[in-house]
Amino acid sequence: MKSRGYTLIGLLLTALMLFPVYWMVNVSLTPQQDMRKDPPDLFPLHPTFEGYRAVLDDQLPYLGTSLLIGLGTVAVTLVIAAPAGYALAKLRPRGGGTLGLALLIAQMVPGIVMAMGFYGIFLDLGLLNSWWGLIVADSTIAVPFGVMIFTAFMSGIPGELIAAARIDGAGTWRTFRSVVLPLSRNALVTVSLFGFLWAWSDFVFANTLDGGGSWKPITLGIYKYIGNNNQEWNAIMATAVVASVPAAVLLVLAQRYVAAGVTAGAVKD
Amino acid sequence: MSPALRRRLTTLVFVLPLLVYLVAFYVYPLYRNLDLSLRDYTVRSFVAGDAPFSGWDNFRTVLDDPTFGPAMRHTMVFTFVSIAFQYVIGLALAVFFNRHFRLSTVLRALFLIPWLLPLIVSASTWSWMFNSESGVVNHLLGTVGLAPVGWLTSPDWALTAVIVANIWIGIPFNLVILYSGLQNIPGELYEAAALDGAGAWQQFRRITFPLLRPVSAITLLLGLVYTLKVFDLIWIMTKGGPGDASSTLATWSYQLGFGTLLPKFGPGAAVGDILILIALVFGLLYIRVQRRQEA
Repeated sequence: MKSRGYTLIGLLLTALMLFPVYWMVNVSLTPQQDMRKDPPDLFPLHPTFEGYRAVLDDQLPYLGTSLLIGLGTVAVTLVIAAPAGYALAKLRPRGGGTLGLALLIAQMVPGIVMAMGFYGIFLDLGLLNSWWGLIVADSTIAVPFGVMIFTAFMSGIPGELIAAARIDGAGTWRTFRSVVLPLSRNALVTVSLFGFLWAWSDFVFANTLDGGGSWKPITLGIYKYIGNNNQEWNAIMATAVVASVPAAVLLVLAQRYVAAGVTAGAVKD
Repeated sequence: MSPALRRRLTTLVFVLPLLVYLVAFYVYPLYRNLDLSLRDYTVRSFVAGDAPFSGWDNFRTVLDDPTFGPAMRHTMVFTFVSIAFQYVIGLALAVFFNRHFRLSTVLRALFLIPWLLPLIVSASTWSWMFNSESGVVNHLLGTVGLAPVGWLTSPDWALTAVIVANIWIGIPFNLVILYSGLQNIPGELYEAAALDGAGAWQQFRRITFPLLRPVSAITLLLGLVYTLKVFDLIWIMTKGGPGDASSTLATWSYQLGFGTLLPKFGPGAAVGDILILIALVFGLLYIRVQRRQEA
């Protein structure tokens, strides 16, 4: 009986917390002529899909670019972070402790400071407004986190398994590829999820380094909408809904990885 | 080749990509930023790369700027008020969800949503909710008889508006970490306390709160480091305005470097350096606390 009361309060609190999300969906379905109605419609009684049509017409290239940048960032992050995590966990390199400390500090550097540094470098090298330059910049958000997750996870792999592989004649690389990596599936998933999500959500790097490019991510698509036609809020909110899809998918498919990632010294700009 | 040397070389091969990466994409950009802050850059010399060394001039310019005081004050207010509310609400929710009622797992998962959404999504949603004429927040205020507020347009309210949005975004992080901390408090302690006649508040004050202190310290310090550098949210909602009403060190730095037609890279980078210094102080404090707990 008491538990039912808690469930009720829990439902109310969740509804309160998610009201902005509901409102985003509601506004995305509101016809343009009702947008400034007073009082506003609390429910989408006359839903329109004009907003979503605008997304299809205007935003598909941005969504594609974001997908590309997200996947590229995941690839760069895994290639750099997984071997380093293995080394820090099992091979005990000299200066490993210092490296761990450096990674921790690296996560505390404000994004705008990095963006300004990258801007100077990219300007010199002619990399401004290129999608792969943005992948490099976005990966800096995820690499330190990735190394820390891999190190923590791979430390838990029993030494006997690695020793057994070695006795069977496998070298370090072979052991890493055929024994350690398959066992580290959870860590791989967690790092990939966060790497993708952060790159997908990035605004600071996109706006400073790719503001004039022909391949721009969805965050800039929304930003441009807000700047240009700040009247068509159903289109803006429809884009916001679509841009939230990866987060929703992650939550449904991989909730336990998400929670694991947050608690493992979670980080987000 | 001796086995020991071979082993060291193999290890190096595994770590080398990371080392190269850190030098190229962390150390070098940070060096460039420092270099920017110590030279007198104009758009022309930025492209040509021959800006004269100017020592502390950019820092002096920044410290003398009338925006410095407000930006510093707003950064502190934004950070500390956000964290205080995020922590208190997150802790209350963590204790609540620790009751394990029906649906508690699902609802707790749903609470993660604000944290997972791209910041531009949250920021633009809150912008429209805070709209002076047509926003739902003013409408709700109206239904309880309160006058509408110019949330994003009035200098008195802009900072409050971005703080409210930021608290909303940060609650899930606090909830998840504090909840996981609660899992480590043995249930027998509560049973014993209940036998001794301690009520719910007594149990919270005498058991939960003291035993959660280490986790709380970590949560608060991490929150501090991450809130200091919040940029997207404020920039998208108010651009630091109206005037300087909601500008923080982060938005001001961006404003100087990229927000105008005549970029002032030097002073912008100098503000960034100051921001790093502040973040580093709290960051090192965090590392110390964490090390002490592990020891």
